[in-house]
Amino acid sequence: MAASFGRGAMTNHWVDFKNSDVFLVVGGNPAENHPCGWRWAYRARDERGAKIIHVDPRFTRTSATADVYAPIRAGADVAFFGGLINYILSEERYHADYVKLHTNAAFLVDEGFSFSDGLFSGYDEAAKTYDTATWSYQMEDTPPGEPGGEGGDSEQGDDLPAGTGGGEAGGDAAPFVRQDPTLEDPRCVFQLMKDHFSRYTPEVVADTTGMPREKFLEVAELFSSTGAPDKVGNLVYAVGLTHHTTGVQIIRALGMVQLLLGNVGRPGGGVNAERGHANIQGNTDNAISWEILPGYLAVPRPGLETIDDYLEGVAATGLAANAINFFGNNYKAFLVSLLKDWFGDAATADNDFGYAWLPKPAGNSSWLTAHDEALKGTLQGLICFGFHNPAAGPDSNRMIKSLSKLKWMVAMDPLPTTASEFWRSPGVDPAAIDTEVFFLPCTHWIEKDGSFTNSGRWAQWKWKALEPEGEIRDDHWVLAQLHLRLKRLYEEEGGAFPDPIVNLRWDYSNAGHPDLEEVARDANGYDLETGLLVDTFADLRDDGTTSSGNWIYAGSVTEDGNQMQRRQTSDPSGLGYYHGWGWSWPLNRRILYNRASADADGNAWDPERPGIRWNGRNWIGDVPDFPPTSAPEEGKGAFIMTGEGVARLFAPGTLTTDGPFPEHYEQAESPIVNPVPGGRRERHPIAHLYDGAQETFAPVDGDFPYVATTYRVTEHEHYVTQHVSYLNEAMPEFFIELDPDLAAQKGVTNGGQVKVRSMRGEVQGVAVVSKRIRPLRLAGGKVVHQVGIPLHWNYAGGRRAAASMANLLTPYIGDATTRTPEYKGFLVDVEAATERRE
Amino acid sequence: MADDLGLRVRRRSATPGGDTNIRRDGVEVAKIVDIDLCIGCKACEVACKEWNDLPAEETWNFGSYQSHQDLTPTTWDLMRFKEVDLDDGGLAWLIKKDSCLHCEEPGCLAACPAPGAIVQYENGIVDFDSSKCIGCQYCVAGCPFDIPRFDEETQKVYKCTMCVDRVSNGLEPACVKSCPTGSIKFGSKQDMVAYGHEKVAKLVDRGFADATLYDPEGVGGLHMMYVVPRGDMLADYDLPEDPQVPGTFFQALSGLRKLGSAATWAGMLGVGLLFLRTGRFRPPPEDEAVAEAYALDDERTVGPPPDDSAGAAGTAGTNPYDPPPPDDGGEGRTR
Repeated sequence: MAASFGRGAMTNHWVDFKNSDVFLVVGGNPAENHPCGWRWAYRARDERGAKIIHVDPRFTRTSATADVYAPIRAGADVAFFGGLINYILSEERYHADYVKLHTNAAFLVDEGFSFSDGLFSGYDEAAKTYDTATWSYQMEDTPPGEPGGEGGDSEQGDDLPAGTGGGEAGGDAAPFVRQDPTLEDPRCVFQLMKDHFSRYTPEVVADTTGMPREKFLEVAELFSSTGAPDKVGNLVYAVGLTHHTTGVQIIRALGMVQLLLGNVGRPGGGVNAERGHANIQGNTDNAISWEILPGYLAVPRPGLETIDDYLEGVAATGLAANAINFFGNNYKAFLVSLLKDWFGDAATADNDFGYAWLPKPAGNSSWLTAHDEALKGTLQGLICFGFHNPAAGPDSNRMIKSLSKLKWMVAMDPLPTTASEFWRSPGVDPAAIDTEVFFLPCTHWIEKDGSFTNSGRWAQWKWKALEPEGEIRDDHWVLAQLHLRLKRLYEEEGGAFPDPIVNLRWDYSNAGHPDLEEVARDANGYDLETGLLVDTFADLRDDGTTSSGNWIYAGSVTEDGNQMQRRQTSDPSGLGYYHGWGWSWPLNRRILYNRASADADGNAWDPERPGIRWNGRNWIGDVPDFPPTSAPEEGKGAFIMTGEGVARLFAPGTLTTDGPFPEHYEQAESPIVNPVPGGRRERHPIAHLYDGAQETFAPVDGDFPYVATTYRVTEHEHYVTQHVSYLNEAMPEFFIELDPDLAAQKGVTNGGQVKVRSMRGEVQGVAVVSKRIRPLRLAGGKVVHQVGIPLHWNYAGGRRAAASMANLLTPYIGDATTRTPEYKGFLVDVEAATERRE
Repeated sequence: MADDLGLRVRRRSATPGGDTNIRRDGVEVAKIVDIDLCIGCKACEVACKEWNDLPAEETWNFGSYQSHQDLTPTTWDLMRFKEVDLDDGGLAWLIKKDSCLHCEEPGCLAACPAPGAIVQYENGIVDFDSSKCIGCQYCVAGCPFDIPRFDEETQKVYKCTMCVDRVSNGLEPACVKSCPTGSIKFGSKQDMVAYGHEKVAKLVDRGFADATLYDPEGVGGLHMMYVVPRGDMLADYDLPEDPQVPGTFFQALSGLRKLGSAATWAGMLGVGLLFLRTGRFRPPPEDEAVAEAYALDDERTVGPPPDDSAGAAGTAGTNPYDPPPPDDGGEGRTR
């Protein structure tokens, strides 16, 4: 999403779902997995007559309550969205004014950019990489005349509540991108996009996804009805779309759909990623992801030796005269404030604020890679917080093998996990495991204070509900102790490169067990000259006089108190903003990019559902995601986080690794050869293949003809609720869903036992034979059966501890850009089993 | 069980009249289950167990998302799942919360021979008082919705109380509190009926031409109603089209010949005498209604347990429909 809009987060929020006209839910099962949030979709249906479309390989409890259900083959989502884009363009259902005003449709693309046989220009077959040089815009010949102001600082909106008055492009202005506002130039993004997706006809969609052509057209017709300015469509997804080698491209594709229909930035619209548990968004915001620092600042890479190098390498530059480029222009202030938070007085202008102490990893540090390194013996120790590596997979057997190569491993969790118990998991001989395993019982979130940030970016403080028992410790107690003891070792014994450890600021009132609200205040940040908490990230400076542990959380804990604790229930607009409840980043904005809810004159596209609108002096409504006093006549771009100033239908340069436009590729394992005309017959061109993994991928038309997908059910939360007796009662056993035809072929009966094998492992469970799973007809009339496998059960679970884990089956491969594993759409074989396995 | 709740009682089983000086000024309460909003998450099942201190039972997957094959003496709320082919080629996955419907004219209460074992409060809630239950299971036979379940171990019958202990303290029932989508609502009967009618109209607008509010007159209406989008599929939801109130105890006696052994008769004698003293408290219902109510008994079936290795005999052992063994039946019923 960051590649499309500038930020990687749900654009709207749960309560806002009540404002939608049509929901398109793809790769998600909100009724089961996000029931509390999903109530707002039902509110929209009850109050606005909204329609709900569900596209999924399985007919789930979401489908049961949807207006339209359309089946799809797991792993064919780009083809579906490609078809939708083609439909919207060829049937002229797009919101033309919006597309011209708020996207880069008019931008001209480098003459060298091309696409053929499923590959974009710049592909290196041998290295399996792209040179992205041609994935760029055509630049004007001369730099713009006006050099801009004195830089961002003087522009900051001191008296403006929203404070996003980002600076103009700095003095060293680069040339801007050439544009064709008529959208007719064959090199403009709009025309290239039209050409690229013209291959995705309804017939191709049907051949590739298995969704019947008529059903596809019904879905396309209904959802594209929201291209009308007074209609708003909501695109909802979850990990059903990200768990693919093409995950990033799928999300790009649905972002494009929403931009073409003019649905981004508007109440009731948006691209709404449903997060897996209560605080996944908070985790990501705070850099529990290998490629980012807190607040989505990039992790430095080798060669970026100074802050100046870093800024040149990662911060966006203004690409259009009207681009605010807020992020790019303030990148330094955010980074320096982060370094001041981390290193305190040790970070000075003279030492580049300690930037040199940040790691600059050369390679990928995703967890697939980390476990691969463990397998190879190059990673020796691992600390797992709340992480079920073997159950979470992929390829649980390989995961267990990786863990068994470690010298030591620490598992921190309230309850035993498949990590802490791997050495005695089924089929493993404890005597053969040399890994020293430590289990540190840590508090559950219910046993400590802190904040949750939900899918909709609302940070809500919660209070400890139970006292921890026994010798259980808070995770942050363990972390604090680890740090203090490491620091003492470095101070006493020296060692190579002690600087980042010994210089880490650690002046908490209780150093051995910091108070979490104190940590939250650090995340918010301080004006170091006054000692007061900052109110907004607009207050952050790049000269070392401010600190902020996470710039997007600036404003969450201010001198007025912990804003995340607010519980006001007034909603004067009736649009569900609830600005006095909790606090949402950034700056309590509830809908991102809300300037795009209005037209060029600042009037709402739909007066009944204004996001923000211009009243002659200010933008009013939601907290503007825009300089609050920048008049429409100034013509500033609505997407303040991009260098373009608009949203990206074409994602240039290194924003993605596998192409500026989404393209369908068959997955690591697939039942057919890619049927998309002009597409690549082989697999994904640059997906990373880990050593030894490819040998475990099944070929087309081999012994594993069925497509399997994994998922969660509403009765359980990941793996932990296997210890909760009422939930085990409600959904007691590992089961496998398959369609009646396949069951009949294999002699499997409903409620009987069934075995499922992949190239990597085998599971057995109760067969749930149901028409909710249906065979799909693909290109050439080939019929493909699908198999559904939920993932909660595992050997560390409570009463029904089982040998079968869904991820015993999944392939060890990840998304080409993010390395998110491909849990959805892999190949299996099925057979009936007789003996019940406990 | 609930005599000390301070609630006014409208009726007691096997007891003439209600509280005599009641002015009917209390608010009648009701739950309504809007099936359109129900996602079958079972939060209500779990909340019911937690609030009422009911134990988790050993369950098994029998080829369904449904947790138990049937209600049990310790499972008073069950989400039932059923797949039905639609005429248009589509599929409906019907999900229904199954628990006591708290009839305005409760067949269980009418059938109950034990004084005060079943009470109906003025607010409409129908509650069982285990301390007075004699385990005769006439309430099981008398219920037109097949709700109460007999516990072999305690020799008592149990069902949903509508969390009368919460309601009497101004709280909503636990299932209502736990429902994430607002599918289960609670309020005055009047408000819930109004919600039901309003929702049905919306469903009709959305294309559910047969949408209906399930609040059948034959039982005097319900204190747990349903909004059913597919009102033409009541049978698929196991909701009887036109349920009727079965008879009072005296009508029930005539029907008992086909149920009872001599031991049953003997066991019931003392209770019967008590009734002769107190007399009946309601006008006699139609004979057909009685016959129909008891006919239900013959249609009841309970699915087989899974294979033995599941070790899940918990519910099978307490099958409330297995006829009691003749030689201890009498004793059991007079306990």
